[in-house]
Order: sequence, then C-alpha cells, then structure tokens
Amino acid sequence: MKLHALLLSALALAATGASAAETPKTGGVLKFAVGAEPPNYDCHAQTSFAFIHPVRPHYNTLLKFDTAKYPAIRGDLAESWKVSNDGLTYNFKLRKGVKFHDGSAFSSEDIKATYDRLRNPQPGVRSVRQATYADIASIETPDALTVVFKLKKPNSGMLASFASPWDCVYSAAKLKQDPKFPERNIMGTGPFTFAGHVAGSHWTGRKFDGYFEKGKPYLNGYVAIFISGAPMVNALAAGEVLAEFRGHSPADRDRLLKTLGDKAAVQETPWVCSLVVTFNTRKKPFDDVRVRRALNLAVDRWGGAQALSKVALVRHVGGILRPGYELAASEKELVTYPGWSKDINKSREEARRLLKEAGVPNLSFTFTNRNIAMPYVPVGVFLIDQWRQIGVNVKHEQLETRLYLAAQQRDNPTYDAALDFNCDFMDEPNLQLQKYLSHDRSAINYAQQTDRVLDGLYDKQSGELDKKKRYALLREFEKRAFEQAYTVPTIWWHRIIVHHKPMKGWHITPSHYVGQDLADVWLDQ
Amino acid sequence: MNNSSTIAIPYRVPKRRHPVLLFVTQQPLGAAGLIVIVLMGVCAAFAQWVAPYDPLTVDYAAQLARPSAEHWLGTDSFGRDVASRIIYGARTALAIGFIASFAGCTAGAVVGVVSAYFGGKTDLIIQGFMDVLLSFPIIVLAITVVAVLGNYVVLGIDVNLIIAIAIPMLPRVERVVRASALAIREMPYIDAARAAGYSHARIIFRHIVPNVVAPYLILLTAFVAQAILAEASLSFLGLGVTEPTPSWGLMLSGAAADFYQQAPWMIVFPGIAISLGVFAFNLFGDSLRDWLDPKIKL
Repeated sequence: MKLHALLLSALALAATGASAAETPKTGGVLKFAVGAEPPNYDCHAQTSFAFIHPVRPHYNTLLKFDTAKYPAIRGDLAESWKVSNDGLTYNFKLRKGVKFHDGSAFSSEDIKATYDRLRNPQPGVRSVRQATYADIASIETPDALTVVFKLKKPNSGMLASFASPWDCVYSAAKLKQDPKFPERNIMGTGPFTFAGHVAGSHWTGRKFDGYFEKGKPYLNGYVAIFISGAPMVNALAAGEVLAEFRGHSPADRDRLLKTLGDKAAVQETPWVCSLVVTFNTRKKPFDDVRVRRALNLAVDRWGGAQALSKVALVRHVGGILRPGYELAASEKELVTYPGWSKDINKSREEARRLLKEAGVPNLSFTFTNRNIAMPYVPVGVFLIDQWRQIGVNVKHEQLETRLYLAAQQRDNPTYDAALDFNCDFMDEPNLQLQKYLSHDRSAINYAQQTDRVLDGLYDKQSGELDKKKRYALLREFEKRAFEQAYTVPTIWWHRIIVHHKPMKGWHITPSHYVGQDLADVWLDQ
Repeated sequence: MNNSSTIAIPYRVPKRRHPVLLFVTQQPLGAAGLIVIVLMGVCAAFAQWVAPYDPLTVDYAAQLARPSAEHWLGTDSFGRDVASRIIYGARTALAIGFIASFAGCTAGAVVGVVSAYFGGKTDLIIQGFMDVLLSFPIIVLAITVVAVLGNYVVLGIDVNLIIAIAIPMLPRVERVVRASALAIREMPYIDAARAAGYSHARIIFRHIVPNVVAPYLILLTAFVAQAILAEASLSFLGLGVTEPTPSWGLMLSGAAADFYQQAPWMIVFPGIAISLGVFAFNLFGDSLRDWLDPKIKL
C-alpha cells in the first residue's frame, strides 16, 4: 500500500512537474545509462536504442516530435513547411545560421544529400529506411534554405517520417568525400559535439557553443554509461546515473521508488512496441493456415496482459497498432478478431479442432526466442504455457541477439516459430504494418509469406488521406492478417521510466527512440 | 600318564558387517550425505508422484504467493509452485551432474592411463594440452565451451551443456589417474604382461584400469557436486537450461533476481537445494575417499 501511494505521488509529481513552467538552469553534466553499445556511428543503418541514446544529441533531423505534446510534430532544421493539397509536394523552409560542428554552414544541399543517401544508398552504404522513402520521386533545392520533396503518390505517413529520429542530417561535403564517413565519424549540427567513446565504458558529448537555438543546450555535456541489468538499477539507485531512457520493469520501478523515495520521478506510457509471434510459413506444418490459426487462438491475451503486467514490462492488449492510438482498433473491434476473443475456452476448443483437422493434434515445435530477460523470457514462458493447454509441446530456444536475428533474417530460415519484436519511433500504420507485408516487399517480414491481398490493403491505406477511410482499411488489413496468422501480435509493452528529480525537461513518449536529443534537458542543482 | 591336555581357547569369529553399515558407522557425515543424495535421487526418479504440482503449469491467480499449506515453498512470478520446481529440478541437477561427471571422469581416466602407459612424446603432448585446459578455471572454460557450441537438446537433455561441464573435469581427473597409472606401469606384472606379448589394449584394460578404479570412483563422486554447481551457474548466467525447464540455477536468475525483496522464497529455497546437494556430494565423496584409502585406515 505504501509503495502504491509512493508510486501514485511520484507519478502525480512527475505529471505536475511536466506541466509546471520552470526556468531552466544551465550547466552540469547529465550521466545516464544505456543498456548496450552502438555497433557503428551511422544513424541511417541503425535500429536500436543502444545507438540512438548516445548518438542522437550530436545530430538534428528535418522535423522532430514535440515530446511534451506527442504526437505533435515541430521543426528541427526546418523552420516551416507546406504540404500541397494533393499530398504530392512537401516544401520546407530551413533555419538560417545553422552550423555543423566543424564550423561549416548548413544548407538545403545537406538535406538533399542525407535523404538521397537514405532512399538510394550508394554501393557499400547501408540504409534500413529505403522502403520508408520509396515514394519520393525527387528532391529539389531551389535555394540554400528551401528543399522540396516530390512524391510519386500520396503517402499519409510521409510527414511523420520526416520527423524520424534515425534520419540524422549529415554534411553533403563530407558525404561527397566519403559516403561511409558517418560510419566512423560523428559530425552533425546537434546540440552536443562528440567528445569521446570509450568502448565498453562510456560515450561523452560536450555542449556545442555554435548551436542554432539560443541558450540551448542547457547542459554542459552528457556521459552515456554502458551498463545494463541489475548493475544499471543499482547505479540508478545510488545516483551514479540519473536516468535510463529505454524502460524499467515494474519490479525495478518499485525497487527504485523504495530506495529513492521522493528523489525519484516516474513517467509511464503505453509503448509503440509489441512482441509478435512469427511462424515460418516455408516450413511444415506452419505452411498450413489451420495450424497457425490454432496457435493464435490458444493465446489468452486478456488474461495474460493482466497477469504479466505485474512482472514484466508488457501490459496492453492490441492489434497491429498501439492500443490508444487514434487509428488502432477499439476493444469492441478487437474481440471480433480470431485470437482476441474473451471466451478463451471456446477459442481453445476451436484450436484443438483445427490442429486435429490439420493432422497435427500432438504438435511439437521449437520456439525461438531472444535471451534478453525483459520482456522476452516472461512472454515466451507465457506463450509456451498457453500452447501446452491445447496439447502442443514446445521446446524453448533462447538465443543471443546476433544468432536470434540471424535465425529469422537468413534467406531460407529454418526456425519453426519465433518471438519477434515490432518497435517503432512513432504510431504510424505505414511503419507498424511493414512486418505483415509480403516478404518480397518488406525486409522485416520473417514469416516469409507472400500475400498480395495484404499488400493491396497496405497500399490503399497508405495512400488514403481521409482518416475515416484509412481507419476502415486498417480494420480490413488486421482482419485478413489475423485470419491468415503469418505473424500475430501478443501483448503490447508499457514504458516505465524512473529518473532522479533534478533531471528536468525530458518528457516520456510512447517510443524510446524519440526525444533523445537532450536539447531541452536541464539539471535542477 | 600323559599330562598333556588341550586348552580350548575361545575364538569368536568376527561378525562380518555389511559394508554399508560399516560405512555408516565409520563415516557418519558421509552417510548423512548419502541419505541426502538418495533423497534427491528418489525425488528425481519419482518427481511426478512426489511433486504436489506440475512444475510447468502457470497459475496467474497465485503469482508470488507466500509459502503456505497450499504451496509449501511459495510460488514464483508465473504462479508456478516452487517446491514442485525444486523437486523436478533435482532431476535436471542429477541427470546433468551424473552424466557430465561420468563423461568427464571417464574421458579423463582413459586419457590419463594412455598418457601414463605410453609415456614419452605421447605423454608430453597430452600433458601440454592438459596444462592449457588446467589454466582455465572450471566455470570460465565451461562458459567458453557452451558459448561456442550453443544448445543441442536430445531427449530433453542439453548435450552441449554436458560437454561444456565435462571438458573442464577432464584434465583434473587425468592428472590424478595418470599419477596412479604411472606407479602401476612400473609393477612387475605389467612387465610380465608385456613379455608375454599382450597387446597394449589388453594391458591397459585388464591390468592397469582395474587398479585405478578407486581414485576414479572417488573423483566421480566429487565431480558430481562440481557438475551440479556448474549447471546451476551456467543456467543462472542464461547459458544452461532454458525456461520453463525446472533447474535450480535457473530458478535463481531472471524474475527471482527482480523479486528477491518481494518474494525471497524464490531464491532462498532453490539456493538451499543447490547448497544441500553440493554439500551432500562433497561429504559423501570425502568420506568415500577416507573409507577406501588403506593408508588412512592404518
């Protein structure tokens, strides 16, 4: 009870703290924890928080999310923008007086070079966001402070894509010298310059005096310390670090609150992250829709979410889109999908019937999972138990991240079924639906299926600028996706951040990728 | 008159006591260890009858329940009965412990005898290799092997985990057995066997191996404890047995570490099981050594 009261007061304080207007103080160095280390320095090739947390403060993007008013978008290097009525032209006016850390001036050429690299990387350069910008027909730079993107067809998610935290703006001159320059060097226009990276230990950033926003950043610098698990929680409890920006489990939150008392602030929100079960449709018996459907029907998402939320960082039941997002299915709609019914006994009866009909009443298979405790292991154990209840025998294979990804990403994967993740920087169907597109259209579809019905629905919703119509198309997409059950969502994550109260100006968002440039963060000390 | 007479001296034939009884009276601590081992064995063999619950059954209505009449040792974060998981965990511990210990000790004994018997360059090369293996602490070598090999489960037992645990035992057993075999090699009956033209295999298996069985058996028992500890350590580190298989080491990791304040029974009881198991095997091994060693008997 005491802990609950403490938690509620901490949450309330955090909420009031977020809304109260306080005058930021300058100075100080923010120390925060990062659970892993970036493999290289190139934003365009990365997908992990381990990269964005230490690296993002060195860069700017064209647009960015206003974290205090998420999902509102505001300009970062763009001062203003206009979208044509037909949705085919995006015209950006850029900020004046922006400089790179080496003192060179920023211009529209840098934006063009950056987006050309993202959508059409040169040989040897890796961009994992080519598909996102596939609809761009051309990029024009009529003057040094104007950039115009012309699209082949309307794309309802394009504006949000321009706010992607991964699209760090690089110097055109540096890219011209060496297209791979960002892989080994940090040189942006962001609020902090690169001061050093000690592998296995920490990453340091120093205030950029030439930053274009007057008075910002407030901090003199930051140190990202690479530490994870129990040592990270201990470091946070001891005040060695003031925050960790990915998220904590409920148990860690309670422990930190107990230790730190009123020195801690807690911010919580549903997370644009879900764990999904992927069936290898190239392998028997998972090429049979009845088997996939049966395994999907056996999972009691409603009961599981309630129970697992006490011990893991998962909490919300949803479809392909994050519950609570304006385009996501309502609970009333969800319960009509196969696998989301609240009558689990009836669903399991149907599941057993389907397995029998498919000729595998005593199905056995290996379930590939990541060896990261939170939340992969608890959700894995939960699913195995759910499948046991329809007579399915599952072997749990927990692999280290590199092997886990390789098992799913190789050309001819041999895994049976896997627990995959679907995390994005924002709520946007064009991003979340990519996992469900045909294999030849999506690099992140590990189920290997080809389903032109789903592809068609994706294209329709992507080009639909009317929200109501798009909403209806998304429901059609979900219905088809869950009936076929190539990949099915399990339970959505819940983001919990515990930080020391003197760290101000940071607002939680449903994504652990956004809001990490630290330009607005300050220390109340 | 013949005065000679025979005096009957009463002679009592010593009662031949049963060796187990003899062991119990002479080595009471070892006997206590043996009792624990037997209990563990019974639990492992008859787990499905001894355990009050299925160790895999998740019961979210009973998450993190305190020890009670319903759940003697409480439940874990999935509502699984801790007592049942410990009982089934004995099966994992003993299966991996015995198989790894048997594999490691047997391989070590064979290599040790071969090294001692052939001597010369064979001995030199084998000892060099053993020196390399000995330079690694047991757990570090086991981690390296399991990280390289990954998991390979056959009939519910991770073969690579067994190999990972057995390899560090090999040089330790090899050294002891080699020392015994070196002494035996110089015995006249070995020379006689050679002179009679017996094959190397016959001399090794008929004349040397039977004479190194005693140290082999003692090491076998002692290393079961090491293997149980290694399995628990590797599972704790996420390199051994995987969820939801009941394993004592695994029970100490993951959610147990998260909830050790809220639900201390999640770590206390598996911890006691590991300590008791290892302690029992060590006591038994030490006592067996004392009991079998004629020098100590003198």
